[in-house]
Amino acid sequence: MVRVLMAIMLVTSVNCFAAIDAYPFPDEQLQQRYNGLIDELRCPQCLNTNLAGSDAMIAQDLRREVHRMLLDGDTDDEILSFMYERYGDFILYRPRLGGGTLVLWLGPLLLLMLAAIAWFRLARAKPKVLEISSDEQARLDKLFVEGDS
Amino acid sequence: MTFNKSLLIPLGVFALMVVFLALGFGLKDPRLLPSVLIDKPFPKFELEDLRQPGRLRTIADISGEVSLVNVWATWCFNCLIEHPELLRISRETDVPLYGVNYNDDNAKALSWLARHENPYEFSIVDDKGTLAIDLGVYGAPETFVLDANGVIRFRHVGPVTPEVWRQTLLPVVEHLQGMSDG
Repeated sequence: MVRVLMAIMLVTSVNCFAAIDAYPFPDEQLQQRYNGLIDELRCPQCLNTNLAGSDAMIAQDLRREVHRMLLDGDTDDEILSFMYERYGDFILYRPRLGGGTLVLWLGPLLLLMLAAIAWFRLARAKPKVLEISSDEQARLDKLFVEGDS
Repeated sequence: MTFNKSLLIPLGVFALMVVFLALGFGLKDPRLLPSVLIDKPFPKFELEDLRQPGRLRTIADISGEVSLVNVWATWCFNCLIEHPELLRISRETDVPLYGVNYNDDNAKALSWLARHENPYEFSIVDDKGTLAIDLGVYGAPETFVLDANGVIRFRHVGPVTPEVWRQTLLPVVEHLQGMSDG
């Protein structure tokens, strides 16, 4: 069954990655930095695809630009800043801290703190002891016995 | 059972998030990226003139007065849509209009201009898209309004329709012209 499924998936899977541009790098380390960068930069033309996964013209141009800058000896930071200065927050999958992105960064922390406060208060609240009548106790015992058997 | 008011808190938080997300996703077109280049000088360039091969155009050629820079290409369908309006602007107003021929083929671009008429003072050949990247362009057409000092003051993404010109671009142009005159 698994084999059949895998076969079907192999046949029907759409190749969603862009045509691989042959950008030669002198060493493996640069290649890895390149892969990391185009993975982390978002294609400005697409709503949710990174540069690595997009065939859009602008993505091709930006990949070429990343390649050129890496060969020129720019650091990852310089390349990300270059993109940020031109395309703004949108191009970074991990947006920079500040202004409109503050909510993005601090929002989850705030929610976590709220949850912690709520939990703390709930935990401190004295549990109410419910009194039950002897009839109810008898029913309860009966249910337990039935459940066990 | 007594009603516990604190049960309303998650509901309130949820409602708040709905409002927040609706504002974020619903009201504005997510395809329109805010430009980070507003109020920054037009990027430096040294690119060939489309109609005069060999002649290099630089920033000096497009600054001096309030002007429009339009990014266009023959592969761009919306460029054809805005073309009549660009022609009208170049004929009826005194605002200089410059073209950036983006990721295109010179021969195709020239015959496109011959077929549809040329609204531009001149077009810059940006066949590698490097000027477009410096401008933060991610598609075509895009239109920038520059002030007399060559500073980008406005950016319009998408075709310049008569409505866009009347309601958006013209007021910006007139405002900037008033500032440089006064």
